[in-house]
Amino acid sequence: MQAFIALSRRPGGTFAMLAVTLLCLVAIAAPLIAPYAPNAIAPANRLMEPSWQHLLGTDHLGRDILSRLIYGARVALGISLSVIAISLSTGVALGIAAALSPRAIDLAVVGVFDIVTSFPSIILALALVAVFGPGLGNVVLLVSIVFIPHFGRVARAQTIAIRNSPFIEAEKVLGAETWRVVLHHVTPNIIGPIFVLACMDIPVVITIEAGLSFLGLGVRPPLASWGNLLNDGYTYLDQSVWLATFSGLALVLATLGFALLGEALRDTLDPKLRKAL
Amino acid sequence: MRSASLQIHLGFKLATAALAVAGSVVLLMALTRLIPGDPATVILGSRATPEAVAALNARIGLDKPLIEQVFSFFGKVASGDLGEDVFNGRPVLSLVLNALPNTAAVAVAAMLCAVALGVPLALFSARWPGGKTDRMVAFLSVGFISTPSFVVSVFLLMVFSVHLRWFPVLGAGESGDLGDQLWHLVLPTAALAAGWVGYIARLLRSSLLEILGENHVRTLRAYGVSETKILMKYALKPAILPTLAVLGMGFGELLGGAVFAEVIFNRPGLGSLIYDAIRTRNYPVVQGGVFVIVMLYVLTNLVADLSQSLIDPRERARLTSGRGH
Repeated sequence: MQAFIALSRRPGGTFAMLAVTLLCLVAIAAPLIAPYAPNAIAPANRLMEPSWQHLLGTDHLGRDILSRLIYGARVALGISLSVIAISLSTGVALGIAAALSPRAIDLAVVGVFDIVTSFPSIILALALVAVFGPGLGNVVLLVSIVFIPHFGRVARAQTIAIRNSPFIEAEKVLGAETWRVVLHHVTPNIIGPIFVLACMDIPVVITIEAGLSFLGLGVRPPLASWGNLLNDGYTYLDQSVWLATFSGLALVLATLGFALLGEALRDTLDPKLRKAL
Repeated sequence: MRSASLQIHLGFKLATAALAVAGSVVLLMALTRLIPGDPATVILGSRATPEAVAALNARIGLDKPLIEQVFSFFGKVASGDLGEDVFNGRPVLSLVLNALPNTAAVAVAAMLCAVALGVPLALFSARWPGGKTDRMVAFLSVGFISTPSFVVSVFLLMVFSVHLRWFPVLGAGESGDLGDQLWHLVLPTAALAAGWVGYIARLLRSSLLEILGENHVRTLRAYGVSETKILMKYALKPAILPTLAVLGMGFGELLGGAVFAEVIFNRPGLGSLIYDAIRTRNYPVVQGGVFVIVMLYVLTNLVADLSQSLIDPRERARLTSGRGH
């Protein structure tokens, strides 16, 4: 509730709430609200302007742009939430394990994080896709690898900050097993900033997925990803501007909405993190 | 004692950077070995004869153990050899050196543009915090930061090249014609700079506000020094240091991010070189190109980090007083 109030007071806060709610609803209800099947081809209707029949027009194969954008929301949200779930759980597990392990293991884990982050993120994603090939599953797994160090580093730093606290010491003295300490005491105490980080990473994941798909190295057509749609729009830019315009706006709406939401959550839940991030 | 602390700090940073580069080479080599199937078969196609596959594997060096590949890669890099293009045998180093100036030009131009717009926005915001300008800049900053550069690129191309026809659609301009090259640079620069304008505006604004809240600024106000003079003369200099460090790091990120602008505006550059190599599965070019980007990324981070330590008197004092890293 506090987060909602803080959000509504920020510049663009109402916009963020509306944008994210709209996207989630659209993604969930896609089959109910999409006027056409996303892959239904009608060459006779190719590159039509917006009309009552096709509210946002059609693409080069006569597919309804609105329907493809609606299904694209599913792809964008589905991939970004999956990537965040995988990289958050793996990163947090590695970060906590590193912080509680002997120095050599800790250094090794930090070294691997450093190596992964020594690549600019889009270049690492490109290099990984070059090796394993494009496709939905690969994109989720490979982009997750890029984000694991984000969560790992914060989890490690947070764990180091509390590992010698009296309540952890007390648990250990009382004979609690390590897994119990980690699960019941370390994790709940470090998870707040991690969730904030997760929310702030969602727009970045959406951007990387759409970027890879735009380059033809992400989600394979005909699956409707906003990146694929933008690429189609870019290819036919000299004949029709509607696909490029609407798919670009969908991406801006999603990234801006989640970015503003992430900031509001950060300020509400953890003002200290404002500097750390 | 004091200089020893500074030396330890420098040595630590250099060692970390060297380890990151070495580690990234191991990762690159290991990745090439992880390609499902045999890279040579992937490149040559399934109908290639086993002899041709073995010959290509030997040429790329994939027939050797991983550790030997890594050492041989470093040995070659030391003698200026990044391998060769599998299709036409051209040295990867010459491909990279031909592409690099184009990428560097767009990255430097984007950075300069971002500073030229971001700094005044931050100054306006910090001069009247909480006011209309500040709120507008805050919203615009997030908007600029969160809008993907490839969306900005496509929109700019659509409006200024296709619709208004003010700027050329594709390419980097005639070689030798500086005016034409600069004209071709405008839209890719704007696309890459947009996000950084927002980033610099936000970062500098918060540094400025932090300094404006300090005691010495209160004293200046008590002496009747004007708010604008305080901002420009006393707050901007210390506030800009953290921003400079971020810019240094951002430069490396821009080199990678340039891939979209290069592909969309069909400019030759490091990003489009790697992109084309990925599409044609030209692994030595991918490896060489990515290696150079990682080197530059680590190097710009290192320079930014060290210059921060050396330029900022507070940081320098901290290091030379023996409270190093």
